[in-house]
Amino acid sequence: MTATAENPWMAEFLSRGGPMVEFENVSIGFEGNPVLRDISFQVALGETRILLGPAGGGKSVLMKLVNGLLMPDRGRIRVFGRWLNEMNEDEIFQMRAHIGMVFQESALFDSINVEDNVAYRLEEDHVPPQEIHERVLEVLRFVDLEEAIEKFPAELSGGMRRRVSIARAIIGRPELLLYDSPTGGLDPITSSTIIELVVKQRDVSGATCLLITHRLQDAFTLATHRFNLRENRMEPIPNHRVDPGTRFLVLNEGRVVFDGTTLELTHTEDPWLREFIQ
Amino acid sequence: MRIFSPEAYAKSVVASVQEYSLLCARAVANIFSRPRYMADIYAQMDSIGAGSLPIVVLTGFFTGCVLALQSAVNLKVFGAVNMTGELVTLAMIKELGPVLTGLMISGRNTSGMASELGSMNVTEQLDAMRALGTDPIRKLVTPRLVATVVMVFFLTIISDACGVGGGAFVAVYMLKLNAAQFFHTGYMSLEHGDIVEGLVKPVFSGFIIATIGCYYGLRTTGGTRGVGQATTQAVVSSSVLIILVDFLVTQLMIGIFGR
Ligand SMILES: Nc1ncnc2c1ncn2[C@@H]1O[C@H](COP(=O)(O)OP(=O)(O)O)[C@@H](O)[C@H]1O
Ligand SMILES: [Mg+2]
Repeated sequence: MTATAENPWMAEFLSRGGPMVEFENVSIGFEGNPVLRDISFQVALGETRILLGPAGGGKSVLMKLVNGLLMPDRGRIRVFGRWLNEMNEDEIFQMRAHIGMVFQESALFDSINVEDNVAYRLEEDHVPPQEIHERVLEVLRFVDLEEAIEKFPAELSGGMRRRVSIARAIIGRPELLLYDSPTGGLDPITSSTIIELVVKQRDVSGATCLLITHRLQDAFTLATHRFNLRENRMEPIPNHRVDPGTRFLVLNEGRVVFDGTTLELTHTEDPWLREFIQ
Repeated sequence: MRIFSPEAYAKSVVASVQEYSLLCARAVANIFSRPRYMADIYAQMDSIGAGSLPIVVLTGFFTGCVLALQSAVNLKVFGAVNMTGELVTLAMIKELGPVLTGLMISGRNTSGMASELGSMNVTEQLDAMRALGTDPIRKLVTPRLVATVVMVFFLTIISDACGVGGGAFVAVYMLKLNAAQFFHTGYMSLEHGDIVEGLVKPVFSGFIIATIGCYYGLRTTGGTRGVGQATTQAVVSSSVLIILVDFLVTQLMIGIFGR
C-alpha cells in the first residue's frame, strides 16, 4: 500500500498519467542575486530525471522548489497536477506526504536515534507503534542497515547516514523521490552502493525520481543499469541499451542548457556541454 | 564596494520586525490548535526549569544579601535600619527577582535555543522537518515558548523567596536585626499591585527569551560561523529587550496601581 490509497485525488491523478512535475518559466533569486532564470521543464510519471550542472548552479534550490520549501519569485510550478501557488499551507503539507526527499548532507535529526529518525513521518501520522516498528525494520533492511537501528546519527559514517536518510524518505512509500546529491562527499565504493540502492528503489517501487549528482558516472549507471530482484543485485541492461525512462536536465548559471535523453546528451554538439561531460 | 544606504538599512529593520511579529503570532496561535507536542513541552520545561534552578537560587540569594547590606548602610544614616526588611522585600519582588531571573535564563536559554535551532537550520534539519510534514514553528518554537513562560514565572517566585531569605540571613547574622521584625515589615509593606507587577514581568521575560532565541535560530545562515553570530546576537537582543520591557511594564503598573 502506498500513501495514494488514502488520497482519492492522488489515485485519480496517477490514473490520468499526466506529468508529475511541471515548471513554467520559474525564476528565483536571493538578496537580488538571480539563482534560477526562466526554467521550464516537465518530469513524466515513472521518469528518472537526472539534474547535472556545476556547483552553485541552483540545483538544490530547484529541488526545494518542487517540494514547496521555497517559493518562486516568478513563474509557477505544478506537482501531481496541482499548482503550488494555489495551495494553502495545509494542502502543501498533504502534498509532501507523497514526496520523499534525501537532503545533500542527509539532514538527519541528530537528537534522536536512527529508529526515530526513520519513523518520524509515521509517528507524526499517528500510525500504531507496532506497525511503525515493523515498517522501520522493513526499510532499514531495504537499505541494509538493520544493525544500526539503535545508533545516533553522530555515530554513523557518511554512507550510513545517507542510507538512513533514504530509508526515512521511502518509509511513506512516496510517489515522487527527490535525491539531492546522494553520493556527494562519499568515497567511490560507498557511492556505488548508494547508487545501487537508488536503482533498486526505482525498479522495485516504480516511483518517479529526481536526482542531483555531480558524478557523471553515477548518472550513466542509472541510465544503463537495472535491478535484478531474483539475484538481488544490480546488472547492466543487456545489449548496451539505455533505460528509456531516464532523462537529463543540465543547469548552468541558473538556466537550462540541456533537457533530453541519455543518447541526446552523449551525442550533443554543444561545445560547453561536451566539455562538461568529458 | 557596498555603500551604506540608510534606506536599505531601514527596510531591513522593518522587515525583521515584521518577521519577528509574524513568528510570535504563529507561535501563539499554535497553542490553540492541534497537533500539540506535549512531550516536547515537558522536555523543554525540564531543561529550562531544572537546569536553571541552581543559578536562579544562587543569584536570588546573594542579591538579597547584597541588598540588605547596602540598604542597611544608607538607612543607618536616617536611623531607620529597621526598615531593611521592607526595602529588601519590595526591591526583590517588584524589580530584582523578575529582572535578574529573566537575565539569567536569557543568558542560559536564549543562547541554547538560538544555537540549537540555528544548527538545525544550517544542516537542513528544519527543511527536512518540513519535508516530512511537520511545521517547525509548531514543533520547536511553540513548546519552547510555553515551557519558558511557565518556567520563568515559577523560577521568579523561587528567586524572590531566595532573595528575601538572603536578605534575612544578612539582617540577622551580620546586622544583628530581629528576624521576626524583618519579615513582618517586609510582609506589611507589600500591596496587591506589587505582587501583580512582580508576576507580570516574568511572563514578558519568558516570552522574549523564547521568541528571540527561536527567531535568531530560525534565520541563521552561513554555516557554523553563522550559528555563533546568531547566538551572540540573540542573547544581546533578549537581554536588552527584557530590561526595556521591564521599564515599560513598571511604568504601566505605576499608572494602574499608583506605586
Ligand atoms: N536560502 C538561501 N538564501 C540565500 N541564498 C541561497 C539560499 N539557497 C541557495 N542560495 C544560493 O543559491 C545558489 C545556488 O545554490 P544551490 O542550489 O545550493 O547550488 P547547487 O547547484 O550546488 O546545489 C548559491 O549561490 C547559494 O548561495
Ligand atoms: Mg546543492
